[in-house]
Amino acid sequence: MQRFSGLSLIRRGLTGQRGWQPQWRQAEPKAAYDAIIVGGGGHGLGAAFYLAKEHGLTRVAVLEKGWIGGGNTGRNTTIIRSNYLFDESAALYDHSVQLWESLSQVLNYNVMFSQRGVMMLAHTVHDVQVSQRHVHANRANGVDNEWLTPEEARARCPLLKIDDIRYPVLGAAFQRRGGTARHDAVAWGFARAADALGVDIIENCEVLGIERDAGGAACAVNTTRGVIRAPKIGVSAAGHSSVIMRMAGVDLPIESYPLQALVSEPVKSIFPCVVMSNTIHAYISQSDKGEMVIGAGTDAYTSYTQRGGLHISRHALEAICELFPTLRRLRMLRCWGGIVDVTPDRSPIIAKTPVPGLYVNCGWGTGGFKATPGAAHLLAWTIAHDAPHPINAPFTIERFRDGNLIDEAAAAAVAH
Amino acid sequence: MSHALRTASGGRINRSRTVRFTFDGRELSGFEGDTLASALLANGVHLVGRSFKYHRPRGVLSAGPEEPNALVQIRRDAARVTPNLRATEVELYEGLAAQSQNRWPSLQLDVGAVNSLLSPFIPAGFYYKTFMWPRRAWQWLYEPRIRAAAGLGRAPAQPDPDSYCNRFAHCDVLVVGAGPAGLAAAHAAAESGARVILCEEQPQLGGSLLSEQEPGEALGEGEWLARTIQGLMTHPRVTVLTRTTAFGYFPHNLLGLEQRLTEHLAQPDPRQPRERQWQVRARQVVLATGAIERPLVFPGNDRPGIMLAGAARSYLNRYGVLAGRRAVLVTASDEAYRSALDLHRAGATVAAIIDVRPQASGELAEAARRAGLPVHTATTVIGTSGRLRVKSIRIQKLDAQGRPEAAAERIVCDLVLMSGGHTPSVHLFSQSRGTLHWNEALQAFLPGQSPEKARCAGACRGIFSADAARRDGQSAGALAARDAGLAVGTVISAPRLLETDGAAAPGQLPQPAGRPAAKAFVDWQNDVTSRDLSLAAREGFRSIEHVKRYTTTGMATDQGKTSNLNALGIVARQMGKAIPEVGLTTFRMPYTPVTFGSFAGYSRGELFDPVRTTPIHDWAVRKAAVFEDVGLWKRARYFPRNGESMHAAVTRECRAVRSGCGLFDASTLGKIEVVGKDAVTFMNRLYTNGWTSLAVGRCRYGILLRDDGFIYDDGIVARIAEDRFHVTTTTGGAARVLAMMEDYLQTEWRDLGVWLTSTTEQWAVIAVQGPSARHVLEGLVQDADLSAAALPHMSVAPGRICGVPMRLFRVSFTGELGFEINVPADFGSAVWEAVYEAGQPHGIAPYGTEAMHVLRAEKGYIIVGQDTDGTVTPDDAGLAWAIGTRKPDFLGKRALERPAMRSPDRKQLVGLLSAEPHVVLEEGAQILPDARATPPTRPIGHVTSSYYSATLGRSIALALVRAGRKRMGQTLYVPAANGNLPVQVVSPVFYDPKGSRQNA
Amino acid sequence: MLLINCPYCGERPELEFVHGGQAHIARPGNPAECSDQQWAEYLYRRDNIKGVHAERWRHVHGCGRFFNALRDTTSDQFLATYKVGEQPPAQPRKATA
Repeated sequence: MQRFSGLSLIRRGLTGQRGWQPQWRQAEPKAAYDAIIVGGGGHGLGAAFYLAKEHGLTRVAVLEKGWIGGGNTGRNTTIIRSNYLFDESAALYDHSVQLWESLSQVLNYNVMFSQRGVMMLAHTVHDVQVSQRHVHANRANGVDNEWLTPEEARARCPLLKIDDIRYPVLGAAFQRRGGTARHDAVAWGFARAADALGVDIIENCEVLGIERDAGGAACAVNTTRGVIRAPKIGVSAAGHSSVIMRMAGVDLPIESYPLQALVSEPVKSIFPCVVMSNTIHAYISQSDKGEMVIGAGTDAYTSYTQRGGLHISRHALEAICELFPTLRRLRMLRCWGGIVDVTPDRSPIIAKTPVPGLYVNCGWGTGGFKATPGAAHLLAWTIAHDAPHPINAPFTIERFRDGNLIDEAAAAAVAH
Repeated sequence: MSHALRTASGGRINRSRTVRFTFDGRELSGFEGDTLASALLANGVHLVGRSFKYHRPRGVLSAGPEEPNALVQIRRDAARVTPNLRATEVELYEGLAAQSQNRWPSLQLDVGAVNSLLSPFIPAGFYYKTFMWPRRAWQWLYEPRIRAAAGLGRAPAQPDPDSYCNRFAHCDVLVVGAGPAGLAAAHAAAESGARVILCEEQPQLGGSLLSEQEPGEALGEGEWLARTIQGLMTHPRVTVLTRTTAFGYFPHNLLGLEQRLTEHLAQPDPRQPRERQWQVRARQVVLATGAIERPLVFPGNDRPGIMLAGAARSYLNRYGVLAGRRAVLVTASDEAYRSALDLHRAGATVAAIIDVRPQASGELAEAARRAGLPVHTATTVIGTSGRLRVKSIRIQKLDAQGRPEAAAERIVCDLVLMSGGHTPSVHLFSQSRGTLHWNEALQAFLPGQSPEKARCAGACRGIFSADAARRDGQSAGALAARDAGLAVGTVISAPRLLETDGAAAPGQLPQPAGRPAAKAFVDWQNDVTSRDLSLAAREGFRSIEHVKRYTTTGMATDQGKTSNLNALGIVARQMGKAIPEVGLTTFRMPYTPVTFGSFAGYSRGELFDPVRTTPIHDWAVRKAAVFEDVGLWKRARYFPRNGESMHAAVTRECRAVRSGCGLFDASTLGKIEVVGKDAVTFMNRLYTNGWTSLAVGRCRYGILLRDDGFIYDDGIVARIAEDRFHVTTTTGGAARVLAMMEDYLQTEWRDLGVWLTSTTEQWAVIAVQGPSARHVLEGLVQDADLSAAALPHMSVAPGRICGVPMRLFRVSFTGELGFEINVPADFGSAVWEAVYEAGQPHGIAPYGTEAMHVLRAEKGYIIVGQDTDGTVTPDDAGLAWAIGTRKPDFLGKRALERPAMRSPDRKQLVGLLSAEPHVVLEEGAQILPDARATPPTRPIGHVTSSYYSATLGRSIALALVRAGRKRMGQTLYVPAANGNLPVQVVSPVFYDPKGSRQNA
Repeated sequence: MLLINCPYCGERPELEFVHGGQAHIARPGNPAECSDQQWAEYLYRRDNIKGVHAERWRHVHGCGRFFNALRDTTSDQFLATYKVGEQPPAQPRKATA
């Protein structure tokens, strides 16, 4: 792998930036691999990287229907945080944040992880109770999170309007280690590093079927580029988890919804952190380029169109304009949609499946990007050991049967 | 200042009205009808901005919404500041103050231009390769600097004082674009009887015809235009919206339109909305969105004074401005010759026409030769000169293989016009999920089929000539009317695509072998060069989406309107593929940027969400209550007297209830009337409790689970008659409980004879609680016996109060003797005041939700959503007694049998007493089994409710703790700022556990 | 914002409706006889079809009635709406992309 550095840029700058190699090879599918990852997003590419780097599996292929990072990896608002309520969730997401903290160096690719802090607003007495419970729970779990008064919140984000609005800000939970990263770079960085370890990244290769042997174990995938065999198949295909897993006869408790995000035209730096409001549904940060990056909610209906309704993006901007009235004259530049796979308890599944040799990482809903390195790392572990890592052990499919839900949504949502 | 470059006559400006404006503080003037760009050009100002990355000097490239360079900040006052506006679209008004962007200290001398010198070292995507060492430096060193350099204009520093509005509309035919095709379509549709909305982004109708010389002699277009506009403006079925951009095409023929109402006015009425966003649902849509001229990619193609050929023609014919005195045209199509001819006619020198094609034999080329303009065919451009304005262009002949040969020639000029042909504007069509196909002759993607009820007309589908576009529009308009269900006679047939309107293949003009001397820009605003695109391809970015994201081409505020196809051409050539094989990036809404405020519209402040108030709200306001938001409701939280703190007020309110009487507005509680012959069956299936045995006139505390076994809602249910239940829900749960009931009734249990009616807003509910409650009410109530024998705890009776019919509940959420008076909402306020008056001798005090919370917590009553969180079963909450175990089924029953639901280690509701009685635990605080536990650790529970109880003279708390009921008497620990606080696990009922007070 | 044809009221904008999830999932008649697995499937398993699927809507800000719809989740185009209790109309064949 050609090493990236400021020096290499200067050296090659003297010769017109020629001599850079492809960041990953355009691999042709081989007949067989030790492991196949279905889905070339950040999670899948990362899983291949960790399989090669930490578990010595280098005969690994990543199969991507279109172009890598073209699904939710490249369509989200890039918020990273780990201040989840339940012990299991906090452990999972904080595992990811810890990997984020050194990811640029590990990959030799600047993913621009920026720990600008994530502020989650409370607008009602109930919000305050829920937020403070999060703060206390996180601290007990060793995850940083602190409570800010409304004035402290405004001091940290001066554009924030805390009173004289329909739902005044009563406080905020603030995680300093949270922040944002450059989403495309995560896919490319993992791809380049995995490729350097021998992983084949195969784009424009759509999976049409998953084949099982006489014993019922997964043994091959049938693709638009032929049949590819492997004793271990990991599926990490957000947006199409149900579709792919059904090919192996596995039904998932998942529904897929449109999720939209949008950006403004770029303006000079004005916004120091990430601000989220679950109550009035607004998520906002400013990218390094200067665009305000804003997340909307999901549409009410299931859909694979990667497009949502106008009223959904309007609602997101209503909330933004209410909280940040100085931003009302900014203009929407781009708006796009992704498909999010949502589980009944809003927590993911990273697990073995009823089919031997088949592993799944899915159900991240609207929050998968933050988990990219963590989910990838744990999926790789689960594939390599044919057993879950302690961190992802609770995140099974069977939890829905047994009632061991990890219900982050329920724990926050019910008003009285 | 004189308009040095204004023509003597002509154009659609009003030369009798001079308009003064400033640019970077410099005072200039233009005419009414000018855009900022045309006025600047009239004053000889070409340098208008700096590019994003290299801070290259940039001039006006276009005359429309595709402008990548001429972005300005317009300031009306301190708060009305708008960044990133395109000077080509900003209408001039008296006193307009524009500033250039992204430069320091000045536009002429910009320090940021040093980036241009560094450009060899900062190619596309350079930031992915560096700034990684040392690790922490990204955060404190590199990123802040990148951020400081990034961004274009500045966001306003004050809240936007302007207002925005919204409108929904329906029509038979929506026509987007009022050029020749759109005008003809609107006219034909309207004449066919359709209700038509015609929207046009420009201030005037006419589209490309506005840039023709007046009158459009050749085709009689001037006359047709005037007649058609007149017809449409006065047509009873036509709504014409100018300054209105159709920005998005949404499913099922919903289009978003953005109408700019005041931006062009010198002194807008501050009460008038600035913009109006329309959501139009159209039966049929005609897209007549025109085409955008494609720039050419050659070294040094970004200097001020280099612009699109059609733009120069617009400036001349529409605005009476000569963009330069000595022009060179670089073209690959016939159409652009018109620009050279028009400039020549207007007195400019056309120094050369550089035609990349081997021959130029069309009518226009011949006309140019006849006019004596030097035409150089088979010639390419290899460079330009000029720092703040183009000074010369260097050209080179091409050989038969299209390779540059022979010596380069330098032509002095102050204006370079370029044209690579036209790209149909398929943005909206593509947003409708219509398919596009590549037309080799036109070198363009053309619209195919749309899944929506839409059709394209005119230049946006490759019908470029005005006359043909007009006929195309006429046909499309009539067909749209017909498909909208109107009786339409004969429809003229649409014109055929003229493949001779062809254009140059997108991409870079041929260059001599070896490294080109200068940057050839593809995306002007984001400074993406052909070299950047080649680098991306070399680095293995093969998908056009990857190339776009890696180089940022097409991601600037113009969304690639001028750059996308050229980028595609360069990538395709590099990869040795045909353009359609490489594909196209997705078109996304909005077509041009749309103001955030207009999406929000009326939804701000009080109108952000409806406010629900109870009939007693105004009284509470008069009593200086402090309110809290609960869902949409405003609920009185406490009633401070004489500047009391919340703590003091709550203490006083609680004391009043415990010692005398308190008055509480419970009107926000949800109320549902469940009526019908099967009402009891319905209730049995829904709620955990048994209802068959509940006698008429009695009440029961009911629990509603989801079918997954977790508590969904709770409330008192009264049996009013054999077939009638009065069901109460939590305040926040009212709507969802009714929805859940309707769901089961309409879809699962359709055989049940039950009717459901929300009565939440029909009843005002006045809770009178405390030992004196009966005395307070005695004098007010008629036709009801208040005695304990006649109306025991948990019963209900009809009656009258103050002459008003009521349902009188004997219930208590405080543990005291209590009544809840339900009266029709209109009488709520009067009855409340009467009770308040009657209570004066008993020291009655109104109390708010905070005191209510304390009082109920003293009794161990849960609040769903506070002491439960969607993961709590009835048994967890200590409510197993409320489960009708003998019932064969109820919602949630089966789920409660699952292994995890029966685990002895589940969190259970308990009481907690902190070892130090004055210490009030924080709600949400975690509970640890061990005094020495420190993070990271796994808590065994958390505090759900915590208060200071004045009644008990100490703090109390409710908590959910793993296996909590087995831990009675144990000491657990709650982490706090100064260490782990010991707490004792106790029963959650702290006060009057036998219930003697409420039964009094 | 979709345009939805309520079988009782006609075409109305999506804002008047709430989505009710997959249609034709009957609550088991005798839950006590269901295994944990069967109950979990009733509660949680959804077809999540990429293509034409049957779903429930409620015209909550209108007639208040539940009804069913066939919608193609790859295009969001409705093929039909029909009343509760009715069988879904025959579907035209549609390949899923």
